[in-house]
Amino acid sequence: METLIIIVAGVLVTSATYLILSQNLIRVILGTGVLTHAVHLLIMAMGGFSGNVVPIIGEKGNTYADALPQALILTSIVINFAVAAFFLVLAYQVYNRMNTDDLSKLRRYYHE
Amino acid sequence: MNNLLVLLMVVPLLVGIFLVFIPNYIHIHRWSTFVSLLINAGLSFWVLQHIVNNGIVTVDFGNWEAPFGISFVGDSFSVLLVLTTNIVSAICVLYAIKTIGLSREKMYFYPFVLFLVAGVNGSFLTGDLFNLFVTFEVMLLASYALITLGGTKKQLQESFKYIAINVVSSSLFLVAIAYLYGLLGTLNMAHLSERIATTGQTPLLTVVSLLFLIVFSLKSGLLLYQWLPGSYSTPSPAVAAIFGALLTKVGIYALFRTFTLLFYHEQQITHLIIGIMAAITLIGGSIGAIAYSNIRLIVSYNVIISVGFILVALAVMNITAIEGAVIYLIHDMVVKALLFLLAGSMIYVAKSERLGDISGLIRNYPVLGWMFFITVLSLTGIPPLSGFFGKVLLGIGVIEAKSYILLALSMLSGFVVLYSLLRIFMSCFWGETIISEEEEIPLKKSQLIPSAILVLLTIGIGFGVEGLTPYIQDAAETLMNPEIYIDAVLEK
Amino acid sequence: MKINEVLLQSVTKIIVFIILTLAIYLFFSGHNNPGGGFVGGLVLASSFVLMLLAFDIETVKHGIPVDFKLVAALGAAIVVITGLGAVVFGEAFLTQTFRVFDIPVFGLIELSTVTIFELGVSLTVVGVVVTIILSISEDVS
Repeated sequence: METLIIIVAGVLVTSATYLILSQNLIRVILGTGVLTHAVHLLIMAMGGFSGNVVPIIGEKGNTYADALPQALILTSIVINFAVAAFFLVLAYQVYNRMNTDDLSKLRRYYHE
Repeated sequence: MNNLLVLLMVVPLLVGIFLVFIPNYIHIHRWSTFVSLLINAGLSFWVLQHIVNNGIVTVDFGNWEAPFGISFVGDSFSVLLVLTTNIVSAICVLYAIKTIGLSREKMYFYPFVLFLVAGVNGSFLTGDLFNLFVTFEVMLLASYALITLGGTKKQLQESFKYIAINVVSSSLFLVAIAYLYGLLGTLNMAHLSERIATTGQTPLLTVVSLLFLIVFSLKSGLLLYQWLPGSYSTPSPAVAAIFGALLTKVGIYALFRTFTLLFYHEQQITHLIIGIMAAITLIGGSIGAIAYSNIRLIVSYNVIISVGFILVALAVMNITAIEGAVIYLIHDMVVKALLFLLAGSMIYVAKSERLGDISGLIRNYPVLGWMFFITVLSLTGIPPLSGFFGKVLLGIGVIEAKSYILLALSMLSGFVVLYSLLRIFMSCFWGETIISEEEEIPLKKSQLIPSAILVLLTIGIGFGVEGLTPYIQDAAETLMNPEIYIDAVLEK
Repeated sequence: MKINEVLLQSVTKIIVFIILTLAIYLFFSGHNNPGGGFVGGLVLASSFVLMLLAFDIETVKHGIPVDFKLVAALGAAIVVITGLGAVVFGEAFLTQTFRVFDIPVFGLIELSTVTIFELGVSLTVVGVVVTIILSISEDVS
């Protein structure tokens, strides 16, 4: 199971890299979103996948999942949610002010 | 006593939250921000005293004991930085009150500054790697808001890149944390250090440590500083001063913490790489500082030079160099804030950022000119100003370690700093006056007072360095001997 | 072209209450089961978003005259203050406690301070989510 998750994470990182390196504002933001989700999958794989048990002791016999990776992922989702929201609003403002969503047109404002 | 440590992060957070409820009472915003930062500085000084006398202070949140819960750990190094952070940001707020303008103040400027300070303090105090990520993000989110505040075109352009870089590096940070958790099964820094010491730093762990190096280098501007000059030179001077004084220092702190506490076993690999990176940073920063003729860009490249300089100490890793680095960090926070504030005042009176457009300011604004001159001397390390002692100790440490290339580079960078800033001084303050008496924009006393306080502070640190010595020695001692930290966190 | 929104509006009027109930259920079940303040808050926020989609912003603002920035701030304040509450009693920051009460009609009920903390979390989530949605959608005319 871990192998599968790692492969999926790898595919996500690949596509995120492609998106982040593109010229379009929205694509960059989507790329960062995909990248963080790839990282969440990685955390899950690194914490060890323990089947369909929950991180509560005594719920299903004696096995229970490691709660820490889940807590990390949840926290990280919350933070990235806030960052992505801010990022989107910013991209919208940039588009409003500059009338462009092309990053190559957002070069250095002052040239020497 | 122990809960006092939490207050250092919670006080700014709580004051910031309450200010959101009263968006129209800007007066309350201004002064409660200033006063709460001063109170926080007082609290941190108290905690610092306690640490020097009684050892490291720890708090386990919700009484979950150390390796299992999240804990805050205050040692001399971190609390010294917290103290400096609070003082410097209070003075920057004082400057902001006079300069930033009502429209930006109404856009929750002060709450964001308080959240930023809360994040910075939290990053210094936390004893848990994942919590370090969280406090980093608190700081970064506040900085995203501050860098875009006002929303001029230039700001929007630069802040998009700033945010994109930081989001990617945060993801890398999480990747590194995930690997470390997979390898060692814990994220408490003391516990990690203990486990790495018992199992030995395997090649895998060294690779993970390099990942951490990349992440923190991005945040602190070590080698990967290309985002820094653009984003530090766009926001308003008070914000730029807070950024220049605090943000890179958090990255530097994280580098010091991880590479003295966790990954100190394979120094011939990791610390060699840090040394090379520091050397390239010094060279690159110097080239930038000389090449540009825009005041704010020159000042921003000076931030990069000091990052390289401080990390030379981590590369050689002996107690003298670390002591020097701690003093230099504190000095640098004060003086970089001062430099950004003075540059802001100069641009305000001259209405231009380009060196060629400004000259002869000393006739109109003598106080500003002399304060800038003192800043230049302090940054270069002329005794008895605060830069001197850090440079001397760091230099001795590097000589002890026999890394003469680093020594030569770090001392040469001092000349570059001197040259680049004297160039500003000579071209802006000397020469023919371009501003006639009628056109002269009055520089209010209240705008000079914050800079004056910082000038007094750098002179004060220079003369009073004897008084600081016990704290700095304690800080370096803890950094060089991880057992002290581990014992304090894991066994009470 | 004007789109006929009768279907969406009348369905929303019913669905919103179901979502609100689910939100409250998730919120309270979070103590010992999957759920909790964050999820509850998100579901609560989704009901507001649904209302914003079905009706326009003015109508919703008229119906719910709340500044959501303040809701977020209130939530954050509650979170920090419950954390500090433990400090007042000499415990470590964020320490939580619970006690079982015998309340007539309901029987034995376990009341814990975590619930207050979770209330803060969910208020923050609602406030932040709705503020973000409003700030993007407000000036699109």
